[in-house]
Amino acid sequence: MEILILLGMPLFGGALLALTGHRRFAPELNSAMSLATLIASAVLTARVVRDGPITVLNDQFFIDPFNVFLVTLTAFVGFTTAMFSRPYMHNEAAHGKLSTARLRLYHSMYQMFTFTMLLALTTNNMGILWVAMEAATLTTVLLVSLYRTPESLEAAWKYFILCGVGIAQALFGTILLYFAAEKVLGEGGNALLWTHLNEIKGTLEPTVLSLSFIFMLVGYGTKAGLVPLHNWLPDAHAEGPTPISAVLSGLLLNVALYAVVRAKVLVDGALHTPFAGQLMMGFGLLSVVMAAFFLSRQKDIKRMFAYSSIEHMGLITFAFGMGGPVATFAALLHMTMHSLTKSAIFFVVGHAAQKSGTQVMDSIRGLIKTNPTIGWGLALGTLAILGMPPFGVFASEFLILTTAMHEHTWATPFLLVALGVAFASIFGKVQPMVFGETTGKRLPHPPAMIPVFVHLALVLMLGLYIPPYLVTWYHQAAAMLG
Amino acid sequence: MAVIEHLPIAQQLLNLFAALLLLIAFAMLSQRRILSLINLFALQGFILTLSIADSAWLTHQNHLYYSAALTLLIKVIILPWLLHRLIRQLNIEWDVETLINIPTTMLIGIVLVVFAFNLALPISELSGTILRHTLGIATASVLLSFMMMITRRKAVPQVIGFLAMENGLFFAATSATYGMPMVVELGIALDVLVGMFIFGIFFFQIRETFDSLEIRHMEKLKED
Repeated sequence: MEILILLGMPLFGGALLALTGHRRFAPELNSAMSLATLIASAVLTARVVRDGPITVLNDQFFIDPFNVFLVTLTAFVGFTTAMFSRPYMHNEAAHGKLSTARLRLYHSMYQMFTFTMLLALTTNNMGILWVAMEAATLTTVLLVSLYRTPESLEAAWKYFILCGVGIAQALFGTILLYFAAEKVLGEGGNALLWTHLNEIKGTLEPTVLSLSFIFMLVGYGTKAGLVPLHNWLPDAHAEGPTPISAVLSGLLLNVALYAVVRAKVLVDGALHTPFAGQLMMGFGLLSVVMAAFFLSRQKDIKRMFAYSSIEHMGLITFAFGMGGPVATFAALLHMTMHSLTKSAIFFVVGHAAQKSGTQVMDSIRGLIKTNPTIGWGLALGTLAILGMPPFGVFASEFLILTTAMHEHTWATPFLLVALGVAFASIFGKVQPMVFGETTGKRLPHPPAMIPVFVHLALVLMLGLYIPPYLVTWYHQAAAMLG
Repeated sequence: MAVIEHLPIAQQLLNLFAALLLLIAFAMLSQRRILSLINLFALQGFILTLSIADSAWLTHQNHLYYSAALTLLIKVIILPWLLHRLIRQLNIEWDVETLINIPTTMLIGIVLVVFAFNLALPISELSGTILRHTLGIATASVLLSFMMMITRRKAVPQVIGFLAMENGLFFAATSATYGMPMVVELGIALDVLVGMFIFGIFFFQIRETFDSLEIRHMEKLKED
C-alpha cells in the first residue's frame, strides 16, 4: 500500500502540474508533492526496517534494505531540490528566461522524473527497470534544452542520442538475461523478476549471463557516466537548469548504478568468478583517473562539478567491483554522501551563477563579500566533496582506499594520484571564486540556502557519527550484495 | 504433430523474412533520400510483423500475435505516419543526403555481419526456438543500424537509424526467446512512442535555432 502512494504521488503531481505548472503557486505545489512522496518513503522505510524485505502485488514490486535506502535518498533530495527550485525559478523568471509553457513543462517533468526513478528502484522486474530508466531520459531531455540556447539544444540532443544508444545495449542485455532465465523459470512475466532470478541464479547459463552483464554494464554505465561513455554528462549538467543538474547528478547516476549492481549480484551467482567485479573495477578506475585529469581543464563551473560526479561514480563503481562487506558498505555510504554533497554544491553554484550572470569561473569572484552564505556554502561544499575530514565523504573514501590497499594494492597509487589531482584543480579554482575581489550585486530574490546547509550538516553528522540503526541498515544491504 | 507438418514451408518463410530484414538493413545504410528511408523503415517493420506472426502460428504462442499486432500498429502505421508528417512540415521531403564512400560503408557492413554471426553463435546453440538461426541476422541488423547512426550527418536519418536499431533488438528478442513478457513489451512500445514525440519537438527546436537539421552545427561543446 505504501508503495502505491509512493509511486502515485509524483505521478499525480506530474499530471496536476502539467495543467497548473505556470501558476504562481506551482513551485509550492511542486514542493508539497515532493514532501508527500518523502513522507510515503519514510513510512515505507520504517516498515522495511521493522519487517525486513517485502514484495508487493504478486511480486511485481520488491523492497529490500538496498533499494529502500536509495528510495529514501531519492525522495529526500527530490524534496530539498524542489525547495531550492522555488526561489531559483523565481529568479530565473525574473530574468525573463522562461515562458509559462516552459514553466509548466518544467514542473510537470520534475515530478515525472521522480516517478521514473522511484519506479526503477522499486520494481522487481528487470524489464520494467529498463523501461523506467529509458523513461527517466525521456522526461529530462526536454528539461536540459529548457532555455533553448544553441548549446542547450546540442547538449540535449547528445544526451538523447548517446543515452538512447547506450540504453539500447542494456535492452539487449536484458533480452539475454530473459533468454537464460526462461530456460529455468519458464516463459511469462516471472522469468524477469529479480527475486525469482536471485533464487535460481546458480543454475543460469554462465556464458549467456556474462554476455548479458557486459551489455548491461555498457548500457546502464552510459547513464551512470562511466568513462569512455561519459560524453553526454558534462554537457547535460552544464546546460540544463540547476535544479535538474542537481537531481541528475545526485540521483539519476545512483539509480543507473543500482541497475548495474542488481545485475552483478545475478552474474556473480551464476559465474562463481570475480569477472563482473573486475570489469566494474576497470571501468571505475578508468573513470576516476580520466575525470580527475579533465577536471583541471574546465572553465565552466557546472562542467567542472559534472566531471567531479564522474570521478565519484567511478569510485563507487570501483568499490562495488571490489565487493566484500567493507567495500560494499563504503560504496553505499559514498553513494549517500555524494548525493547529498553534490546536490548541495549544485544549489550553491546555481545561485552563484545567477548572481554573476555567467557560469565561467574566471568571471565569478568574491562571493563571500556580496552574499556571505553563498560563499560559505560553496567553500564548505567543496571541502566536503574533496573528502576533507570531518565530512562524511572522507569516511567513505578512506574505507574504499584502505580496502583497495589490502585487496588490490596495484590500484591504490592510481586512486591516490587521481584524488590528489582532483583536489588541486577544484580547490585552486574555487578559492578565488569564494574570496577574491568583486563588483557584483546581490540577487533580486533571496537565495535558498536552507537545503544547502541541511545537506552539508547531514554530511558532517554522518562523518562524525553514524546512528547505529543506519549502520545496521547499510550492513544488511552490504551483506545482501555480497 | 501439426507443428511438424507445417514446419518446412513456414520455416523457409521465416528464413526468407530474416534474409529480407538483413537486405533492408543494408539498403537503409546506403539510401540517400529521406523519403525512401522512411518507406524502408516501414517495410522493415512490416517484415518484422510477418515474421512474428508466422512464428506465432508455427509455435501456437498466442502472446506473439499480440506482439505482432503491436509491431504492426507502432512500427508500420504510427511511426512512419509521424515521420512522413514531420518531414512534410519541416519541408525536407525531397532532401537528399550526400553520403561519402558508400562502397567502404558496405564493406564495413559485411565485416559487421560476420562479427554478429560469431557473437550470436554460442547463444543460438543454446536456444530452443525455431528462430534461433536468425539470431545472427538480428544482431547484424542492430549493428548495421548503429553504423547508420554514426555515418549520417542529418538529424532525421540518425533518428531513423535509432528506430531501426530498436526493430533489430525486437527481432533479436523474438528469435532468442519468443519475445519478452507482455508488460515489458508494452513498456518498451510506450517509451518508443514518447521518444518519437520528443524527437519531433526536437527537430523543430533545432531548426528554429540553427536554421538547418545538420548535426555539424551542433559540435560546439567540446573539450579544448
